[in-house]
Amino acid sequence: MKILVWIFAAILVALTVFMLFTAGWERPPIDTNQTGFRGTGMVEVSNPRIANPLLEAQLAAVPESTPLPPDGPGPTAGDIYQNVQLLGDLSIAQFTRLMQAWTEWVSPEQGCAYCHQLDNLAADTVYTKVVSRRMLQMTQTVNVDWGTHVAETGVTCYTCHRGKNVPEYAWFNTDPANDSGGGMLGWTAGQNRPAEDIGLTSLPVDPFSDLIEGDDSIRIVGRTALPEGQPIGSMQETERTYALMIHMSEALNVNCTYCHNTRNFSTWDQSPPQRVTSWYGLEMTRALNVEYVSPLSSVFPPHRLGPTGESRKINCETCHQGVNKPLGGLAMAKDYPAHQVRTGSSMGALEVADLEALANAEAGDEVEEEVLVEL
Amino acid sequence: MAENLNIFTRAQAHGPIDYGVPLPSGNDQRIGQPFHFKWLGWIGDAQVGPIYLGTYGFASILTGFIAIQIMGLNMWASVDWSPIEFVRQLPWLALEPPGPEWGLSLPPLNEGGWWLLAGFFLTVSILLWWVRMYRRARELGLGTHVAWAFAAAIWLYLVLGFIRPVLMGSWSEAVPFGIFPHLDWTTAFSIRYGNLFYNPFHMLSIVFLFGSVLLFAMHGGTVMATSRFGSEREIEQTYDLGTGYERSGLFWRWTMGFCANTESIHRWAWWFAVLCPITGGIGILLSGTVVDNWYLWGIQHGLVPPYPDSGVVDPAMMVPPGGGQ
Repeated sequence: MKILVWIFAAILVALTVFMLFTAGWERPPIDTNQTGFRGTGMVEVSNPRIANPLLEAQLAAVPESTPLPPDGPGPTAGDIYQNVQLLGDLSIAQFTRLMQAWTEWVSPEQGCAYCHQLDNLAADTVYTKVVSRRMLQMTQTVNVDWGTHVAETGVTCYTCHRGKNVPEYAWFNTDPANDSGGGMLGWTAGQNRPAEDIGLTSLPVDPFSDLIEGDDSIRIVGRTALPEGQPIGSMQETERTYALMIHMSEALNVNCTYCHNTRNFSTWDQSPPQRVTSWYGLEMTRALNVEYVSPLSSVFPPHRLGPTGESRKINCETCHQGVNKPLGGLAMAKDYPAHQVRTGSSMGALEVADLEALANAEAGDEVEEEVLVEL
Repeated sequence: MAENLNIFTRAQAHGPIDYGVPLPSGNDQRIGQPFHFKWLGWIGDAQVGPIYLGTYGFASILTGFIAIQIMGLNMWASVDWSPIEFVRQLPWLALEPPGPEWGLSLPPLNEGGWWLLAGFFLTVSILLWWVRMYRRARELGLGTHVAWAFAAAIWLYLVLGFIRPVLMGSWSEAVPFGIFPHLDWTTAFSIRYGNLFYNPFHMLSIVFLFGSVLLFAMHGGTVMATSRFGSEREIEQTYDLGTGYERSGLFWRWTMGFCANTESIHRWAWWFAVLCPITGGIGILLSGTVVDNWYLWGIQHGLVPPYPDSGVVDPAMMVPPGGGQ
């Protein structure tokens, strides 16, 4: 019996040590910057020892841009090259410069061959070329339609890619089978797996499928003082929204009061203006996932797909990467104006069916030509 | 008695083992060979055991064991029976209540049914333990104050896991069994109902929680400060006021004009302690059933200080219907 007391004491000591050395402590200094009414705790919290080097490292990695060649007379890319669907109006110099920039942004190691069949640059035989064409359209849509979120800064491929083939921060739809444990036991309701995306909380692991791909309501707080009408916001929906908000906080490295007066999260007239920018960001992310990213699932090879057979999708961290303004607000798009307007007469005509046909083409010339004619 | 001025009890009296008073007929035997343990002597009585188990104690431990097994095995299954991951992720793991689609009906075992079963056994276990505390007090010829204080905690537990979910019409409103999950649940609950800080019963609960802490510090401090005069022997001093308690009364009358007495200080402490979960339980019970947003309720009742409008407008109001979130 005495040994039990010793064992109990040992467990207590072990747990205490475990707690002290595994928590995510952050050493000072912690800077606070007042952003709202005095005494309400409306402050932005940051740790310059962590935040500044992060941004500096990101900015140091940005490839230098060469000066933009003038439009000038002379043939355009569409005159010289075949199968230039979106950028045919660019001058040869501008077109070449853009291709070089993309290579540095997306495939600095593999070079042109990452997207092009080197003996026939015009061919759409490599799936990444089909994807990148669609991603250019997406980038243009962001810059043209979503100034409410990206303002004049805009986005380029580099905003997400940062020199990597696949943007580092993105999400897959989780496999519902993961929730059921071993069949008899272990159901988790999609929660309780510490994931970076949700700040290592025990909240729902995938708030994205429903909220920034599906159009479930993010708003779960009671809208009237007393219960009226249809009840909204079950506890599970509340935790799902909470998970999304934690994700936003982690992705932008900001605290709740960056967008909310936390005495009541839902009230708009007490919120900082960043909340409006953020709201458009969520709308934008949902639109991009639905219109551009999800449909590409059929184009990607299996090793690019998640457990549900769908491609990686966008969330806040895809662009923000731990900074409240991606790359500290560095405006790269203005150096590459092709990203800032919709180009190509076939805009919108590039349907999902075509993409699938392209992807399925077994490099057979016959099929390929047929599809290209349609386009 | 100066030995007691330290945080630890430095003076340890090691007498013969004390087997306690004989119990009335109908009681079981006490179990286990008592022994002395010096480390425990530093923070309490050095004698460990014997323990009284009895029928209610046995039934309570058995049902409690079943409940913990259901929770633990479900947690373990959720990390695919990996012992390492079970230990590593234990604070995150939980047994979750059924989803809202099941209402108050019985869901399949692996979609919340286990939660209902675990909750049932845990509740039975807690209620049996309450009966045990009540009966042990009675058999020893004591009052039943401890049992009723425990009942206050059971009230809060039942509100969270049973009464409020039933009133809301869904088991999904209940708390998951897990370490971090129940904490995240609590924050989510406050957010969902517009910030519990504007809930007057939550305020009362905090008053009694912090009040309990204050009273505990005052009482503990007073008794230790006067233990050199023998005031840790509270029982004797209750019926035969000695120097120690005379001095503590004097101290508080000098510093704040009023003092409790040896008996009433414990009545203060007991009421503050039991009112903490009682008022807290009322506050939880009213959330969602009677009040849907405590912040808006607070505005209606002049509870919320007005701050300058930030001028921000809900952008969903500015887009065509159907285009918003």
